[in-house]
Amino acid sequence: MTHLSDDPSEEQWIDDEAGRIVRPYVMTRGRTEPSRGRIDLITLVVTLNPATPVDPGLGPEHHTIVRLCERPLSVAEIAAHLDLPAGTVRVMLGDLVDRGLIAIQEPARETDVLDLETYKAVLNGLRTL
Amino acid sequence: MDSVRSDSGPAARANGAARTKLPTAIKILIAGGFGAGKTTMVGSVSETRPLRTEETLTDRGVGVDDLSGVEEKKTTTVAMDFGRISIGDAHVLYLFGTPGQERFWFVWDELALGAMGAVVIADTRRLADCFPSVDYFERRGTPFVVAVNCFEGARRYDLDEIRMALDLGPAIPVVLCDARQRESSKNVLVALVQHAMQTRSTKEPIAG
Ligand SMILES: Nc1nc2c(ncn2[C@@H]2O[C@H](COP(=O)(O)OP(=O)(O)OP(=O)(O)O)[C@@H](O)[C@H]2O)c(=O)[nH]1
Ligand SMILES: [Mg+2]
Repeated sequence: MTHLSDDPSEEQWIDDEAGRIVRPYVMTRGRTEPSRGRIDLITLVVTLNPATPVDPGLGPEHHTIVRLCERPLSVAEIAAHLDLPAGTVRVMLGDLVDRGLIAIQEPARETDVLDLETYKAVLNGLRTL
Repeated sequence: MDSVRSDSGPAARANGAARTKLPTAIKILIAGGFGAGKTTMVGSVSETRPLRTEETLTDRGVGVDDLSGVEEKKTTTVAMDFGRISIGDAHVLYLFGTPGQERFWFVWDELALGAMGAVVIADTRRLADCFPSVDYFERRGTPFVVAVNCFEGARRYDLDEIRMALDLGPAIPVVLCDARQRESSKNVLVALVQHAMQTRSTKEPIAG
């Protein structure tokens, strides 16, 4: 099990017995691609509406994501917290974006050049760690 | 969370009803041979213990598009270690330990996409193990530094010997490190970001 938060209530949705192949598939109803475009591992996700409505299309994992992302988290972090493959999380994020419950940051494209200020900020930040 | 007007830059563009200012996420890869100290470095400098994520990859979506119709989906699950370093409110640095085996090159392609740069850890007991990583980043044009992880009892090389053994150009920084030490790992990252920044500014006229 990867590191989940210390809050034990977050673990209740993870069912190791059910296995890693079946559950992610069930959670995403067999879809393996999100309804949106490519979502990178470092794509950041933030909750827009913490009061998630009752919606038969949303499972407990969706609700957990909405709760986790009140502070921006990357897809990789969400996957690690939920102990689910990143691909499964991507599909669920698509569901949440479709409902306007979360916002995701567009992944950087290869052609995007980070600006000089970003390098400087990272350098200063690292030096003062 | 601050709501802001729409703003320039990929980080500022968020979809959804509200424009929400998200930090800029930056990716740095930590590569090197088996047991070279990748996970150790991720852990020593990150704000939490290394986390683990799994990517299930199909052959599709890997590099070249194959639209030939017949989808023979081979899936592979690859586990990756990663760590997070928050830099103020505006930046989050993610360090990803690359999966060690060469048959996972396609995972590297995904990881390297949009990365600021890479650290190649050279293990002085088995210097040759990092050749494939060096080759990979050279070919791809990803800025990288070589961090020489000094294990006890291993032969001591001087940095020029290592540079020669790895056939590195003079512009590639080579630094000694102890991946277990936070300060040391931090210095490696500083060297990388400086190098990446220089590489970028020499490319700038083309990038426009
Ligand atoms: N002496 C010494 N030992 C180190 C150093 N860095 C890592 N180690 C040890 O080397 C072993 C392997 O380190 P890992 O960080 O797991 O290496 P890795 O590259 O992640 O290994 P794989 O993921 O299995 O390829 C661990 O027992 C570390 O404690 C170092 O700088 N000096
Ligand atoms: Mg490792």
